Amino acid sequence: MSARKRTPTHETPGAGAEAGARGERVEPARAARDLRRRPVPVIFERGAPGRTGYSLPASDVPDVPLDAIVPPAYRRAQPAALPEVSELDVVRHYTALSHRNFSVDEGFYPLGSCTMKYNPKINEDAARQPGFARLHPYAPEELVQGALQLLWELERDMAEITGMDRVTFQPAAGAHGELTALLMISRYFEEKGERRTTVVVPDSAHGTNPASAALAGYKVVEVPSDRRGNIDLEALRAVLTPDVAVLMFTNPNTLGLFEEQITEVARAVHNVGAQLYLDGANCNAILGITRPGDQGFDALHLNLHKTFTTPHGGGGPGAGAVGVKAHLVPYLPVPTVERDGQRFLLDGDRPKSIGKVRAFYGNFGNLVRAYTYLRTMGAAGLREAAEIAVLNANYLLSRLREHYDLPYDRVCKHEFVLSGRRQRDRYRVTTKDMAKRLLDYGFHAPTIYFPLIVEEAIMIEPTETESLQTLDAFAEAMIAIAREAEADPELVRTAPHETPVGRLDEVTAARKPNLRWRPET
Amino acid sequence: MKYIPATAAERARMLEAIGVPDVEALFRDVPGEVRLRRPLDLPPAMADQDLLAHMRRLAERNVDCDRLACFLGAGAYDHFVPSTVPHLALRPEFLTAYTPYQAELMQGELQAIYEYQSMMCELLAMDIANASMYDGASATGEAASMAADLTRRSDVLVSTAVHPEYRQVLRTYTSHLPITIREIPASGGVTPAEAARTMITDATAALIVQSPNFFGCLEDGAALARAAHDRGALLVVAISEPVSLGLVTPPGEYGADIVTGEGQALGNALNFGGPYLGIIATRQEFVRRIPGRLVGRTVDTEGRPGYVLTLQTREQHIRRARATSNICTNESLNALIAAVYLATLGKQGIREVAELCARKAHYARERIAGLRGYRIAFEAPTFNEFVVRCPIPPAEINRRLLEHGILGGLALGRFYPDLADAWLLCVTERRTREEIDRLVDHLEALQ
Repeated sequence: MSARKRTPTHETPGAGAEAGARGERVEPARAARDLRRRPVPVIFERGAPGRTGYSLPASDVPDVPLDAIVPPAYRRAQPAALPEVSELDVVRHYTALSHRNFSVDEGFYPLGSCTMKYNPKINEDAARQPGFARLHPYAPEELVQGALQLLWELERDMAEITGMDRVTFQPAAGAHGELTALLMISRYFEEKGERRTTVVVPDSAHGTNPASAALAGYKVVEVPSDRRGNIDLEALRAVLTPDVAVLMFTNPNTLGLFEEQITEVARAVHNVGAQLYLDGANCNAILGITRPGDQGFDALHLNLHKTFTTPHGGGGPGAGAVGVKAHLVPYLPVPTVERDGQRFLLDGDRPKSIGKVRAFYGNFGNLVRAYTYLRTMGAAGLREAAEIAVLNANYLLSRLREHYDLPYDRVCKHEFVLSGRRQRDRYRVTTKDMAKRLLDYGFHAPTIYFPLIVEEAIMIEPTETESLQTLDAFAEAMIAIAREAEADPELVRTAPHETPVGRLDEVTAARKPNLRWRPET
Repeated sequence: MKYIPATAAERARMLEAIGVPDVEALFRDVPGEVRLRRPLDLPPAMADQDLLAHMRRLAERNVDCDRLACFLGAGAYDHFVPSTVPHLALRPEFLTAYTPYQAELMQGELQAIYEYQSMMCELLAMDIANASMYDGASATGEAASMAADLTRRSDVLVSTAVHPEYRQVLRTYTSHLPITIREIPASGGVTPAEAARTMITDATAALIVQSPNFFGCLEDGAALARAAHDRGALLVVAISEPVSLGLVTPPGEYGADIVTGEGQALGNALNFGGPYLGIIATRQEFVRRIPGRLVGRTVDTEGRPGYVLTLQTREQHIRRARATSNICTNESLNALIAAVYLATLGKQGIREVAELCARKAHYARERIAGLRGYRIAFEAPTFNEFVVRCPIPPAEINRRLLEHGILGGLALGRFYPDLADAWLLCVTERRTREEIDRLVDHLEALQ
């Protein structure tokens, strides 16, 4: 496995721009050699005063003095100091930036809990049709029947997959879904005249769980995991008082393990009248195998940008679907999508609703993509995806288990968690060092230092869309790095060496934040 | 299954390496009582060619803005999107990347977001903008918490001229927090500064207004800022139409402390309401209380400039229950779209497109004002939207216009029962004089 070499483009911006701007002569051979590691100037530094790259029509309405349209007191004194660049400047700039990025389309992305599977191209073709992409959210109902039908069908499919009664697609992401569900549950208890103040989360929970609980006005109590990586059932029972509103639970959990005592957990939660919520970030492992609704969950969210292949866009947009059992249906955000014979409609008249968590109906473009994926896969395809995601994860685990510490030695689901403790203790090489070294081998790093309960955690999720060749190449890189940690620890400690920049100074970035470009910076 | 490459032989090899007889053995930890014993009941899988035909049929059951002359805005705007936007922002290198957790491998995304933050600061005249929020409405909800946090006060005043859905979300977001929301009724289409002054108390954390507001009117930002600041409250300004800032006074210039907004207008498709782009920006001194991700510029071990996610101790994955927000995945791609849009239009283009919108909207406004039976509801200056009071119900007007290929404005009665005869029209640079004249002719004929 050789280190990845990026092919320099002939016209990578910045090749001469910076040096040239200072009047230095650019040596051709050196320029070509250094191309890959030369900083791309910020877009404000490109171009020249007065240069433009846009096209707008001339005004075709009668000329009226601007003062008569927007009085001077309401107009900006100075133009916004945006870049002054040609269209080709824009094209070169963003093309150069795209070359300094790493995507699923380029290579393996084993980020645990993020389910970086392949994002099918057909989903993009479907979503970018003008009938969806150019549709106004306030267009009258008779003009949006196709969109509403899609939402209606997608809701039925997601309800079937999860074993829930209804689903809303309004939340824009998983954490947004958590907040939505917690607010619905609050309303449910209010209606019952119960005042519950506490949300319980396991110590392996995603950070969004306690943050969402706090945002919904709850106190957060943490429960430890047991030695098998399940929630500690006794500790859970001890904190389950009538104050508890919800247990927010991830299953398979963030160790990549299925909670073997899920039915006992559900019973214990329901025994004190609390609700059981599923953080569905890890649902890729269970499609068609087990349904959260059948496990006793009252509410859940799915991350459509994980399990259902909508592209993550470098940090979003996502889409968080929230599914609920019948007793929570009255509290769903408005509007819901309903069907009346052949006609689909938006129902905003739901008096018990929590209201809205964002404007309009959700990240519709991503819902088109998820729908397209479901229609590609069908029931058998989804189940196969879950099975192979789990097979791939267990295979990688079998290849790596001798080379790294394995804190919980069980059959894993879609992901597993190793520990870099051995390398840290013996060779003073940290998990972060090894993650950075993986970049030199042409792979994205796994999720690291999460879950918090595993020291030097390395959380690996291969997904079902990766081939055996890729899995083997990754395993060999991980094994090579374990050897390097022993034989040449400095090489690993100072990684990465092959990326466009070396290790970045995060301490200074936080101490003296530079969050925007100014001419003098 | 084309997305699952493992062949039968490879599966057998992997099972052997793991040391289990079959895939079923890998699910032995799932208790029998919760196993699904039947196939999921889903519509059958389709081959690509059939699926594309199906998706085309669904899309064609919609009537989109390519098939109509759109005079509908109200928080979602039909602006022209330059070809650079889809060709660059939607490159797979950006589209299929994750959040830039490994900075050295993700310098492109990080630099693009740093530049987005910078452009947004220039446009809004603010010190700091984050990497994005979900949308304008939820960003406004988060701003209320941020203001309460900063001032240690619990009362939030919001103008009824703020987008009704933003106000709905604001209520949902604060419903279980120790924050109370009070509304200031708009008067003459704007938020009366004197009424604000009367309603703001020493317990008021923030005054939330929108400009241009939901009625399209420009607020007197300086007067509202003084009313808030005189009692130690913050001014939060929501912007639903950021293209306006090419022409109108940016909120930073009249004293806004927090700016929230919807960035859809900046190159993002209408998408039936999402994905859109939540904007939040603030003053330097509040930087450690802003929600969401921030990208900072730093240097690497050899002193070369580079970019990282920074000030992360504000965020949920570090601070958990004490984070400034629960936001994790945001709308980075939509921020990138806005950045490519703003770079393409540039310093001159953003002003020119804003001026075109204002000129065309003004023309439409003047022509409709001259029609018998119709009158412009509010005298305040407007940008590209304005309210018309109509002689027949606006929903009826919309129905009739549709027969002529015109998507009419928003019937305001839906959100304001006392404005049942009011109609919110929007005119962007895409509308031609011919389309505006056609609209006016139909309105005249309708009576």
